[in-house]
Amino acid sequence: MEVASLTVDRIREGLAARAFSAVELATEALRFAEAENAKTNAYLHFCPERALEAARRVDEKLARGQDGGALAGVPVAVKDVICTRGVRTTCGSRLLASYVPPYDATAVMRLEQAGAVVLGKANCDEFAMGSSNENSAFGPVRNPVAPERVPGGSSGGPAAAVAQGTAVLALGSDTGGSIRQPASFCGVVGVTPTYGRVSRYGLVAFASSLDHIGPFARSVRDTARLLGVIAGRDEMDSTSAFAPVPGYAAALDGRARGVKVGLPREYFDGLASETGDLIARGVDALRRLGCGVREISLPHTPYAVGCYYIICTAEASSNLARYDGVRYTMRAPGGETLIDMYRSTRGEGFGAECKRRIMLGTYVLSSGYYDAYYLKAQKVRTLIARDFAEAFRQVDAIVTPVSPFPAFRLGEKLDNPLEMYLSDIYTITGSLAGIPCMSVPCGRTVAGLPVGMQILTNHFDETGMFRLADAFERAGGADG
Amino acid sequence: MRVTEQEVRYVAGLAHLKLSDEEVERFSSELGDVLTYMEKLNELDTRAVEPMAQVLYDAGETATLREDAERPVLDAEAALANAPVAGGGFYKVPKVIER
Repeated sequence: MEVASLTVDRIREGLAARAFSAVELATEALRFAEAENAKTNAYLHFCPERALEAARRVDEKLARGQDGGALAGVPVAVKDVICTRGVRTTCGSRLLASYVPPYDATAVMRLEQAGAVVLGKANCDEFAMGSSNENSAFGPVRNPVAPERVPGGSSGGPAAAVAQGTAVLALGSDTGGSIRQPASFCGVVGVTPTYGRVSRYGLVAFASSLDHIGPFARSVRDTARLLGVIAGRDEMDSTSAFAPVPGYAAALDGRARGVKVGLPREYFDGLASETGDLIARGVDALRRLGCGVREISLPHTPYAVGCYYIICTAEASSNLARYDGVRYTMRAPGGETLIDMYRSTRGEGFGAECKRRIMLGTYVLSSGYYDAYYLKAQKVRTLIARDFAEAFRQVDAIVTPVSPFPAFRLGEKLDNPLEMYLSDIYTITGSLAGIPCMSVPCGRTVAGLPVGMQILTNHFDETGMFRLADAFERAGGADG
Repeated sequence: MRVTEQEVRYVAGLAHLKLSDEEVERFSSELGDVLTYMEKLNELDTRAVEPMAQVLYDAGETATLREDAERPVLDAEAALANAPVAGGGFYKVPKVIER
């Protein structure tokens, strides 16, 4: 059994033909993932008992002649900011190194109800804050394509596991690009769905008006399947949307004729690089598929990074206030008073980037600065969302690069936080607007580094986004 | 824009974050750089623009309300299982009231 290149379809066929059982597959997938993990550090820890138990349930169903579920037997990695009952959930932080959630995230529950097998928890930047996975308290992740380079972040572990073949699917989270950018850097497919499309119950909160859970896979079809399983209203998350979930995978027919594609000029100005050349080739492939391509404008793009880092740090400073040494596992010794104890625990527990963002967020929310920063940013967010609403009156989909550059070297941007923040320049606009966006592989640079093309569609039009990406992928991507 | 070390210490106090002297010095220059970048937003006239606090979609006013019925909740033992210090069914913290 070649676990590294399995697909959802091949697993279903294998189980149906009794070529292997779900338990045999889970056993082999765990063995392979544990053996390969030293190369990337993509997983923080494995949960073999839980995985084998899930696989056993699938085998029992199949033995009784029942349907095993849409993802029967499929090995999945779950980013370690998503709660798993009885399985450590560290958020890549020293502060939560021994935290064991008493409940499952809704997305994880739905995965297992569909027969998926969670192998373990995937590495990430601390509390999902970062663009390189170097902010994990448990060591960086190496890019499986180029081990001296970062896998992107903050969902570096999930992206690397899928790229490396140690998971068939993965759950990540995205606040400003944390699924799309690592998908792009590792050469896999990653989707940030519409805000509210997937319940965040059990996702450890970073910036609540921007946080999403979303899927990774090696193909558009498998990504669509995973989203279909986890999407939909959940009464445990009042921000989850009521809109019915269409059959995403069933809508994929490889056709893109007549789709109106917009290229925002603000994203291409000054993008004279291998990335720009590859995206141009990708756009040519879309033209050959029969898409109508035109230039559009999203005029407030230059304000997005400033807007985003005000809103996300403000919300983060509030969300992270709960880690105070009382409820969550770690308490620093020696605090004489309650306030001392809070301060020491947080000072010792949080890493540099978390502290930086708590400081920024506290600053922009502090007395006298609220209107100048936070309220201003919320108003600019309205303008950015309006840009997209206007654009979707003219086009069906928007196509851009995911990142201005491919995977960079470990350590390359660590000493310059602003430069690291600017690497999110193309992904945060869609996050601010709350629209679905994804990264689909769009060729490789001369050095062999993957580049991702971003596709964005209007609220709840994941189907249109998947159809375009699938047609592009089937036609051979940038080389089609 | 520059954030003084005094301001960094003040904000760290608000955030209940203990910082080392080196961290105070580093944040003083880094935060200044990022805040300067953020001031770009002031190029835009937003006096007539409504703030966007959430991504909104159509739903009835009471759509997110569920029936007010009893349902199982975490028991105290499970809720306290992750506490660094607990006892007698409570979280324990350093003394806050002087006798």
